[in-house]
Amino acid sequence: MKMRGTAWKFGDDVDTDAIIPARYLNTTDPAVLAAHCMEDADPEFMKKVKPGDMIVAGKNFGCGSSREHAPISIKAAGVSCVIAATFARIFFRNAFNMGLPILECPDAAAAIATGDEVEADLDRGIIINHTRNVTYQAQQVPPFMQQLVQAGGLIPYVQEQMRRQGC
Amino acid sequence: MSMTISEKILAKHADRAEVHPDELIEVKVDFALGNDITAPLAIEAFRRAGAPKVFDRDRIALIPDHFTPNKDINSAMQVKLMREFAREFQITHYFEIGRMGVEHALLPEQGLVLPGDVVIGADSHTCTYGALGAFATGVGSTDLAAAMITGRIWFKVPQSVKFIFRGRLRPWVGGKDLILYAIGQIGVDGARYRAMELTGEVIESLPMTDRFTMSNMAIEAGAKVGIIAPDGTTEDYVKERAKRPYEFFQSDADAVYEETYDWDVSGFEPMVALPHSPGNVRPINELPEIPIDQAVIGSCTNGRLEDLRQAAQVLKGKKVAPGVRCLVIPATQQIYQEAMREGLLEIFIDAEAAVSTPTCGPCLGGHMGILAAGERAVATTNRNFVGRMGHPESEVYLSNPAVAAASAIAGHIVHPDSV
Ligand code: SF4
Repeated sequence: MKMRGTAWKFGDDVDTDAIIPARYLNTTDPAVLAAHCMEDADPEFMKKVKPGDMIVAGKNFGCGSSREHAPISIKAAGVSCVIAATFARIFFRNAFNMGLPILECPDAAAAIATGDEVEADLDRGIIINHTRNVTYQAQQVPPFMQQLVQAGGLIPYVQEQMRRQGC
Repeated sequence: MSMTISEKILAKHADRAEVHPDELIEVKVDFALGNDITAPLAIEAFRRAGAPKVFDRDRIALIPDHFTPNKDINSAMQVKLMREFAREFQITHYFEIGRMGVEHALLPEQGLVLPGDVVIGADSHTCTYGALGAFATGVGSTDLAAAMITGRIWFKVPQSVKFIFRGRLRPWVGGKDLILYAIGQIGVDGARYRAMELTGEVIESLPMTDRFTMSNMAIEAGAKVGIIAPDGTTEDYVKERAKRPYEFFQSDADAVYEETYDWDVSGFEPMVALPHSPGNVRPINELPEIPIDQAVIGSCTNGRLEDLRQAAQVLKGKKVAPGVRCLVIPATQQIYQEAMREGLLEIFIDAEAAVSTPTCGPCLGGHMGILAAGERAVATTNRNFVGRMGHPESEVYLSNPAVAAASAIAGHIVHPDSV
């Protein structure tokens, strides 16, 4: 699985209230959630981002609530991948379960700047900054998680189980 | 091999003799829950998956507590979706308004989550049940959907971090102050991915209320669970309530911890977390005068009976300062009723505080006490992120219930002794 796009850089501890503010949680419509993506971190974000672009952030990205609205909002906003130094645990889990690719790589997260052209290869855990001509080895995505993303998330996975059990 | 309490519970639920930190495992789920924000997404995923039934209709709770009583049409639609799902799949523990309480106060109170359990909830404060000696953690709605179908979930076994609290607590200092101190010390990702194990003579002497408060905020340090070894206090709490058998697990004396923190808390003052992070913690005596517009006493962190008793002790015979709104929100109907019987509600109303039916309400900026731009609240809740209680330019200070009550009287943040 490979993605390529322009990087948008954010800092440390981007919480789920910044990704999608709680005041919009009375809907589950991905389009509406996308419209307010990153609103409290950068009110202009949705005006600037293009399909395929990547979010690059510091440590503990997605901290705060367990809301799945956060990765849904990011995925529906057209963001192809999130690269961060580290992810909050529940966000890490939700992202894979929703089929939003993420990569943990402190060096890439520190060096990549807004506007850089970035490529991510999930299978090999490799990040290439084409603007600066630097390649990073990210923490590899375990095979189980890769399968989740490739299946499009946890639910298709469960469906397979149901089929096997014949129910 | 020696194991921590968390590892023992996970091993048992994975049908294995032992598990190791960082291992990916699949475990059996004893109880799963969702609320009016997260359950609708889970239900959608459940329906998309086309599952014909739930794994066990007695082991799922659906609790509409966040935007309820329905604050607007969207909220009403979300709850309707939950209610219809609960009816269709005959979910035993759907809590209608009037029986509903804030989920993490309600489920332990009703004896639905128990020591030794693996509990997953589509809500980050599911870690609250760690206070019972359960492995309880917040997951996403899709995990909830999958668990409702299969009764199983995957985990990465967390490393454990041990916290030892020694000494004797001063008056007006309790679980909230201890956990705020811990988060202040280690930071909002200080326990990321890891199991916080809360131990020591101080924890052993704490009532369940304070233990729930502490485990509740483990997620504010990034932890997967905030677990406390069950003891006589736990037994007294669960024995009358438990709806099924439960099991006590204890860490081995030589269990391995990634880190250990050892604190003497004897001289501690009440703690306050300043905007906009639960990790921005100061002892109350080091704060300048901070005027407030609102005080909120409630939530899954501090909306239990003993919390209300403390607030009432401070508010008794006093009045909320002019220009300040004081909101008291008992976390469950049972707490509400007990507070009424004990005369606590009368004390609050005499003090000119507003008392609400159980709801999350202002805790997440949902309804029932939203802040305007430039306004400031002291709250017994667990999060003070930007915009958490309303306008992005409002501020939330986190404290224990006595401090929140005292601050409501003074009109600025004060120690309970000073009112
Ligand atoms: S009271 Fe607040 S923290 Fe607790 S479940 Fe409700 S919204 Fe979440």
